Amino acid sequence: MAVGGAALLAVVGLTAISAPVSAPFRYDRQDLFATYHAPTHAHWAGTDALGRDVLSRLMYGARVSMSVGVATAALVLAMGVPVGLTAGYFGGTFDLLLMRVVDIVFAIPFLLLVVLLQTFFTAYLPTIRHGPLVWLRVLNHDTGGVTAIVMALALVGWLDVARVARGQVLSLRHREFVLAAKSLGAVDRHVMGIHLLPNIAAPIIVMATLLIPGFIIAEAGLSFLGLGVQPPVPSWGTMIAEGIDSIESYPRLVIAPGLALAATLLSLNFVGDGLRDALDPAGER
Amino acid sequence: MGAYLVRRLLLALPTMAIVYTMAFLLVHATPGGPWDNAEKPLAPQVIENIRLKFHLNEPLWSQYLLYLRDALHGSLGPSYVNTSRDVSEIIGDFFPVSLQLGTVAMLFAIALGIPLGTLAAVYRNTPVDYAAMGMVVMGISLPNYVLATILVTVLAVLLHWLPTGGWGGVMDIRVIIPAVAIGFRPATTLARFLRASLLDVLGQDYIRTARAKGLSGRGVVIRHALRNALVPIATVSGILVADVITGSFFVETITRVPGIGRYFVTATTGRDYPVLLALALLFGVVIVTMNILVDLTYAVLDPQVRYG
Repeated sequence: MAVGGAALLAVVGLTAISAPVSAPFRYDRQDLFATYHAPTHAHWAGTDALGRDVLSRLMYGARVSMSVGVATAALVLAMGVPVGLTAGYFGGTFDLLLMRVVDIVFAIPFLLLVVLLQTFFTAYLPTIRHGPLVWLRVLNHDTGGVTAIVMALALVGWLDVARVARGQVLSLRHREFVLAAKSLGAVDRHVMGIHLLPNIAAPIIVMATLLIPGFIIAEAGLSFLGLGVQPPVPSWGTMIAEGIDSIESYPRLVIAPGLALAATLLSLNFVGDGLRDALDPAGER
Repeated sequence: MGAYLVRRLLLALPTMAIVYTMAFLLVHATPGGPWDNAEKPLAPQVIENIRLKFHLNEPLWSQYLLYLRDALHGSLGPSYVNTSRDVSEIIGDFFPVSLQLGTVAMLFAIALGIPLGTLAAVYRNTPVDYAAMGMVVMGISLPNYVLATILVTVLAVLLHWLPTGGWGGVMDIRVIIPAVAIGFRPATTLARFLRASLLDVLGQDYIRTARAKGLSGRGVVIRHALRNALVPIATVSGILVADVITGSFFVETITRVPGIGRYFVTATTGRDYPVLLALALLFGVVIVTMNILVDLTYAVLDPQVRYG
């Protein structure tokens, strides 16, 4: 299962990276004389309401989904691991505060917070005209709004990583190898970075893999609602939303992106489970 | 029990205060509003009047307190977009629909999830278990908006068994597609946790005793094991409620149910910030209330739990 998932994921990943070269058409190339074409030799997956090639749009959509998944995962790791590690290692007020925040944020639906944050970033980023953060506006504009989504997702998601990293550190910090390192005179930063980090890496990597499907679902969902990636940049969520208008006559316009999304999520879950079995045999089942 | 309830309600207050503060700051930090239209800009005087009307020129802390005072009195202020109406009225119109749909979805989740998890645990490592766990993986991997569109495509468009959308109350057949689409993921979450919990319970000594005294397999599972296995399951109901709320954003939009989830989406795209703020508060209250109710049902399910 995990191998099959990894293979499919590799295909989606390669498609995402190579889309500008390998897609037969540009994602926004319209042909108003060839709308709603059934699959043909030229258009393997047919065309949509504006005569755009569905296959090319699916391939560019993979680019959006995969970059949101990977970028968000990288960000939540970069924020969550240091915070969780420090909180778990030192304990005290900082740790208490972190856990309070986690409790409260977990009481609010993930997507609700993400929608609020994403609404904020979408309105705020274009207003950055000068200062050190101008590149964020440019990046957000060039990616059709993906940057605002990634920021919103990461700002909620990192707490989950911090919580797990903290828990792992708590279970390790009184173990012999930590005591040994300390008694040899290792400073706290050294103990955390060299001794604790490698030992909590496996469960954290597994967790990050299993968080990616959630991020992808959220991006496609926001785009589906018209809040996420801005047209004409194709997200699988946008494609589903556009397809719904003609679902009675051309259900394939909904089914194609829906299948792409479901298959990607399924393989991510298989790969995550496989990783867990391989790296973290004692982990929760 | 009474003292415990009071304490829980008091503990819920800081949570709500933080939810309110976060939502308030976020909503007020977001620049612009529905009147910012790049193509048809309003006259500066008009915008000034609008800002005066909604107290937007006052200092932030005064707006924060004003809104809080009004909210505690049950008034959530006027909507930016639907100016003739109060947000409280809007919630009064749309929330009951979502509440009904959410209840049906939850009942569906329980009706599917509990048998599924029980069968998977009792027939562990057999094709029954694999089929049930296959459904669980589908529940995790299939977003509710994809499931809803699949259901509409198959049941409504291809087979013509059900209408494609609309709302007619809980007894109307149009409730089926949205309720299934919203309830499927919670059902699989329930099944997954119940399977784990039941496997744990089925290995206990008192189950062996019950079997040894000659009880039938079904009696043991239902009367002895399931009852105990359900107690830890109650802890996941917070996740389930959150799933139902966010599910409503998508599914109500797809199946044209006039509920609060769909209104929330409209408010977001229309930049109707007072409505966003009010709905964030509403969802917070729903979740906090649910969590308190769940803790109280613990006492019913597990006589060992006593609240002092």
